[in-house]
This record gives sequence, C-alpha cells and structure tokens, in this order.
Amino acid sequence: MKIISVYFMIAMLPLLLAGCANQPNDQIMAGANQVELRSYQTRAFDTTDKDMMLRTVIATLQDLGFVIDQADEDIGSVTGTKISGYQIRMTVITRPRGETQLMVRANAYYNVDPIEDPLPYQDFFTSLSKALFLTAHDVD
Amino acid sequence: MKNYFWLHKRRARCCHLILAATLIFLTGCASGPPKDAFQLSATSLADRQIQSRRFDSLDETGILASSVSVLQDLGYALDVSNADLGVLTASKALDAKNAGQIATMVLLAALGGGSAPIDKDQKIRVTLVINNSLEVKGASVVRVTMNRIIWNTQGQITKAETLNEPELYQAFFDKLSKATFLEAHQI
Repeated sequence: MKIISVYFMIAMLPLLLAGCANQPNDQIMAGANQVELRSYQTRAFDTTDKDMMLRTVIATLQDLGFVIDQADEDIGSVTGTKISGYQIRMTVITRPRGETQLMVRANAYYNVDPIEDPLPYQDFFTSLSKALFLTAHDVD
Repeated sequence: MKNYFWLHKRRARCCHLILAATLIFLTGCASGPPKDAFQLSATSLADRQIQSRRFDSLDETGILASSVSVLQDLGYALDVSNADLGVLTASKALDAKNAGQIATMVLLAALGGGSAPIDKDQKIRVTLVINNSLEVKGASVVRVTMNRIIWNTQGQITKAETLNEPELYQAFFDKLSKATFLEAHQI
C-alpha cells in the first residue's frame, strides 16, 4: 500500500511542476556566443557602392533559390526565404566600414532554428564574392 | 550461476546496442540545413536562363510598373516592392484540391480507413528582380522566380518547391513583353 502511494506521488509530481512552469523569458534577449557567431556571419568587401552590393545580394539570393521578402536601400537590408522541402529565412545587412569598405552580415534560420554552423555562411559569401568579382575579407 | 551471468551480460549488450541506435536516430532528427542549401546547384545556370529575359530598355521603373500590372491581371497581390533596388514580390492563394486525392480519400473512408488529410490550399509567390545587362549596353535583364507551398486539410505543409517549368516563365514574359511593348530576348 505504502509503495503504491509513493508511486502515485511520483506520478503526480510532473503534473504539479507543469502547473508552475511559465514560458521562460530568458531566451528572448539571449543568443549564442555572439562574438564568434558574428565573425562567421560577417565579411568586408572593398567597395562603397551600397546599391550595387544590395543588388548583387538580391541576385545571389535569387540564384540560390530564395524569394525576396523585404528590401530596404536606406537601411541596407534584404530578407529572403528559400523553400525546398525545408524553409530557410535569411536577412542580409550591409553598412559602411571605414572609408573604403562595406560590411555585409548575414543571419539565417533553418525552419525555426538559427543556423550557427559556419559552413552555410561560408558558402553564401563564396557565391556572393563570385557575383561581385570581389574578395570577401574576414572581419575581426 | 555462470550461465545466468552470461545471459545477463548478453542482455546488457543488447540494451547498449538499442540505446546507441536510438541516440543515432535522435541526432539524425536534429540536423541542420542540407549541405548544398547555400551552394549554387548544377542546374543554376540553366535555371537562370529559363527565369530571365533581356529587354532593350534602361527604364527599370517602367518595366517594374508593367510587371506589377501583369501580375495584378493574373490575380497576384503585391507583397514587397522597391523601385530603387529593382525588386518586387507578389503572391496569390489558390485551391490545391485535386480529383485524384479526393477519390482516394473517399475510397479509403468507404473501406473504413477513416479520413486521410488531403491537399487543400496553395500559395504561389513570385519574385521579380531587374538589373542592367552586363552583356548588352542599354538593356535590362528581368529575372523571375516562382515558389509554391501546399497545405493539407490539417494545416500542415505537404509540399514546398521552386517552380521550374519553362512554360510558366515563357507565359509570364510573353505577357510582360506585350505590356511593355518591348521584345523579350533570351539571355
């Protein structure tokens, strides 16, 4: 009898805990190791022509099978979605870096998870620098 | 006694095997994007040719405006447009029910198989990008990409694909050519 009541209490415990558990807020303002991630996601190019850069980003995304969701020249941002059995959503931001360079940063999501593997970003910047006829420099 | 231990050991080994297999199975589920997701595919050049046409004009805004009216004629709603960057995206919702699936479902239900979900809605998204031609001076290149997403009666996505049928693109460029009074050249 005693054993049964102990089992019963153990079985009820998750229900009790589930009642207390709110959706945690600690992930809302948190991300992965930001410094490392930023270096994967960022490259510098030796040009100051923002219009040309954004157009080439759009053309590269289109080459890779993305549909453009949003583009803003003033902010220098482009967002696209690729659908091919899965969904990848990517935002690319470009802004001046010093007097002679533009910095390009890409953020991508695979379904609902952020892509934190360096390889996809490397592939994207390889395609982009081919289309630009410019070398992608690493940024510290 | 010795025999018992041997049996016990074998069972434990079997358990370890199952555990290892489960772990492999679980890590298989938590995979990231496919390796080639950000690489140009082998057909990317051919796709670009199907999806692009050259127009002998530098009037980007004019061609964009004509594209909007063609898409509007086809029942698309404009989602994004940016004349400075020469880009627009439009979409339309369509019925995705098809007779074959419905017949199969009716047959299944008649045989007591319950109701299986069937395709219900689909959304077509079109992105159009215009740039100056690199090969021909004074000309612009228009590139269009079309995607399709299909949802079933339970609201799950059953298909998500890029449309690559050349006829679809040809039909669009024929209409755009008429709307702009310009000839659409193959690139």
